[in-house]
Amino acid sequence: MLTTFGSFVLFLRGMVTRTERLSVLWNRTIDEAILIGVDSIVIVSIVSAFIGAVTCVQIAYNLTNPLIPQSTIGYMVREMTILELAPTITSIVLAGKVGSSIAGGLGTMRITEQISALEVMGINSTSYLVLPRILAALLMFPMLVILAMLLSILGGYLAGTLTGVMTAQDYIEGIRTDFIPYNIVFALIKAVVFAFLVSGISAFKGYFTTGGALEVGAASTGAVTNSIIAILIADFALAALLL
Amino acid sequence: MIEVSNIEKSFNGTQVLKGISCVFETGKCNLLLGGSGTGKSVLLQCIVGLMKPDMGSITFDGTVYTNSKIDIRQEIRRKIGMLFQGSALFDSMTVAQNVEFPLQMLTPEMSVEERRERVEFCLKRVGLENAGKKMPAEISGGMKKRVGIARAIAPQCTYLFCDEPNSGLDPLTSIKIDELIHEITHEYGITTVIVTHDMNSVIEIGEHIIFLHQGKKLWDGTKDEILNAEVPELKDFIFSSSLVRAAKRIDEETEGGMAAFAEGSESGGGI
Repeated sequence: MLTTFGSFVLFLRGMVTRTERLSVLWNRTIDEAILIGVDSIVIVSIVSAFIGAVTCVQIAYNLTNPLIPQSTIGYMVREMTILELAPTITSIVLAGKVGSSIAGGLGTMRITEQISALEVMGINSTSYLVLPRILAALLMFPMLVILAMLLSILGGYLAGTLTGVMTAQDYIEGIRTDFIPYNIVFALIKAVVFAFLVSGISAFKGYFTTGGALEVGAASTGAVTNSIIAILIADFALAALLL
Repeated sequence: MIEVSNIEKSFNGTQVLKGISCVFETGKCNLLLGGSGTGKSVLLQCIVGLMKPDMGSITFDGTVYTNSKIDIRQEIRRKIGMLFQGSALFDSMTVAQNVEFPLQMLTPEMSVEERRERVEFCLKRVGLENAGKKMPAEISGGMKKRVGIARAIAPQCTYLFCDEPNSGLDPLTSIKIDELIHEITHEYGITTVIVTHDMNSVIEIGEHIIFLHQGKKLWDGTKDEILNAEVPELKDFIFSSSLVRAAKRIDEETEGGMAAFAEGSESGGGI
């Protein structure tokens, strides 16, 4: 495990020591940002809206005490969404979608000698292939998390009002109660850390794929599982350190 | 000229290259010949820098490549063109973009117009002037090899390496690819190194042949000398080819088959 971590650090160092021209890096990052970010909007929107809706309905189901105001449901949806569900669940979804895509893409390039072709041309393949992916993830994950926050809260609102468990006025009152702006900052810090973990681990797994198609599949699976474990560990560590 | 001196390489305690020394001559098609698992591709990968040899040195026109500074290695790498066994085309790019890619990356001083002209020239040179807009998945194996050659020569390489350029191709396409490599080598005066186990290639373009067996260099010479080589492993290898066996049989029957073989090889037309 220590050897793997050492290889990962060297892999990251190789990526930033001999970078390609800034214009190349910019164009590649924008291309990857479209693949990572824009192409993930639909899945992130669906997941986050339903998570907000389910959270609202389930909190309402559990809050039976008449002394607790209905607006607490809105308050709890907001807190859970901003602090945990939006950054963590979105990142886990993206680990599945983006992580497997990065690992599969790089793994295929490795076994079809496309990475060797870059190296023979004198191009730093990690800088050309991996750095833009990591930068794009660092850029897009926070944006997707912000979108997930908004849609989760909206999903909660729609679920709460359409099912009749609470009034729109109570929900809005709840989501405006005791708002702490730092929680947004905390969620965005989590998004950036998760982005680095998902893109870095997936790129590492894909880049060092050896063998054939079977190993590319194994690299993709490994990338997703390792990324999710890393997200959960980092989630706990960040909560313990920053809250 | 590329000089390889005393190269050794092991994997998990198994020695794959056992002190290989040889010279690849400028302006010639140098063939690395040998059976499967003899270390040809490993030697090629050591030469182009995809693998680091355990021992020995590699020199490109007097500049030491192994263990030299990254700037020197980069400078040499930029003079290298390589045709991979599976072509290694970037599957997200069109044929024209594949050929343009090394120009974009290595020669930023070239204008878009100059790059486009160069791409057109290279594609025309390999006979693919109408395939520029196609994706690699839409073209045949032989066309992929041609695109690979066009991509390799686009930045005006000094050294061309080909890893089994005929693998997976029918005999006629193989001959055409061999001829193309031969023509390009002489046209631009580049040093070409070809890894092969195909005797047809030896007959077609083998101007300087290096025979490897079990990680060692056993013989080197020209295609005219190869038939008279007194190396049992090389004889076994040559006469394992049905083409050469047929020529030998004719020779025995008519006392002229092997002469026809040699004549065919000299004319470049083969048997």
